[in-house]
Amino acid sequence: MKKHYLVTAAAIALAGAFSVAAHAGGPVDEQLVIDGEIEMTTRTESVEGHPLDEVISGWHYRTKETRALEADTFENPAMLYVEQGEEIWNTVEGTEGKSCATCHGDASESMAGVGAHYPKWDADAGRPINVELQINKCREENMGAEPYAFDKGGQKPLTAFIKHQSLGEPVAMDLSEGEMQNWWEKGEELYYTRTGQLNLSCATCHENYNGYYIRADHLSQGNVNGFPTYRLKQASLVSVHNRFRGCIRDTRAEMPAAFSDELMALEVYVTWRGSNLSVETPAVRQ
Amino acid sequence: MAFNTRTWLTAAAVVAATTAVAYSETAPGDVKIEDGVVSASLSGQPGDAAAGRKTFADRKLGNCLACHAVSDQSEQLFHGEVGPELDGVGDRWSPEELRAIVVNSKAIFSDETIMPGFYSLDVGIDVRKDLVGKTILTAQQVEDVVAYLATLKE
Repeated sequence: MKKHYLVTAAAIALAGAFSVAAHAGGPVDEQLVIDGEIEMTTRTESVEGHPLDEVISGWHYRTKETRALEADTFENPAMLYVEQGEEIWNTVEGTEGKSCATCHGDASESMAGVGAHYPKWDADAGRPINVELQINKCREENMGAEPYAFDKGGQKPLTAFIKHQSLGEPVAMDLSEGEMQNWWEKGEELYYTRTGQLNLSCATCHENYNGYYIRADHLSQGNVNGFPTYRLKQASLVSVHNRFRGCIRDTRAEMPAAFSDELMALEVYVTWRGSNLSVETPAVRQ
Repeated sequence: MAFNTRTWLTAAAVVAATTAVAYSETAPGDVKIEDGVVSASLSGQPGDAAAGRKTFADRKLGNCLACHAVSDQSEQLFHGEVGPELDGVGDRWSPEELRAIVVNSKAIFSDETIMPGFYSLDVGIDVRKDLVGKTILTAQQVEDVVAYLATLKE
């Protein structure tokens, strides 16, 4: 209960001070404290070169009820998937007779902070990889197991479990490795490219109109620090490439394939935009 | 025979309607926006404000409410706030100006505006295959929406 009082007290204290809103849907001024213990960075100064002064987690744009779900791990519906991910972590699969735990042991130690640094440069592949592709690489190279198809098998729960070991850690990619800078640039170009019959880019909504309502949708900055994320409207855990594809579909455009060069470049760039926000996986959104 | 007469009349009406569309509708690429106006009806027909009111709200058609609030449609939930409220828009703009804005607002305001062009083929990349070469609204739907907007007076 303590955490709920904290959130409520903060809301009351700040409601008076920040009551001058230009429009209905600005970010709420509250602090996300998970289970009354983990103080999350959900608003922070943006990194150099960022077009916005402040980066804000999507948590601030959700309703009071949705925000409360994420603040309590017993209430968070995505924690069931995290538990599934833990089971997968300990399950032997493939011809080599190994589980993730065979090599990596206790994930709370071996994976602590790891997910906060993805996507990372992968010298073997010659491209950046995210946690999903790192899992597939391990499965193929070390376990003798089939790689997961996009969003299938244990991909979402295992990714959520691994990223959850970084809960509260700041998002921090290393753009100096390999050709990460080139991929960042390609991602930036895509972020500002208008797609589809509706002729919208990521920036049109998430840079220019975050905080505003488009019909019933409250636009956030589109940061990805909480993925995989539980989306109430899909009643499911949703991967970052699934969300990218959904957004692009909504512009009435053809969707790039998951893990394609386009979407990996976009993931690199969008992840960078949310640098220094806490990893919230699994976040809860509308 | 009454039956035959009616059949012939219906057939004649179909021919007339087809002819009217074929000869008077302006294709998206041929619409001229000059001095911020499109002076003539895109369909060659007047708009129907009641139909326009529906197209305005329909999420599959105009979905104008996604961005614009309007008190005339207070029975609809969730009016957006990305664009200006449209109460009194019929006082602020002439029907010819409203038509130009609906056709291609980027030609009127700025290339940066979020508002899509509802009768323009100047669109984003990778358009969904079944929509290539198609506009968001038909010529008549634009006319209907313009007729509706013109009724929004204060």
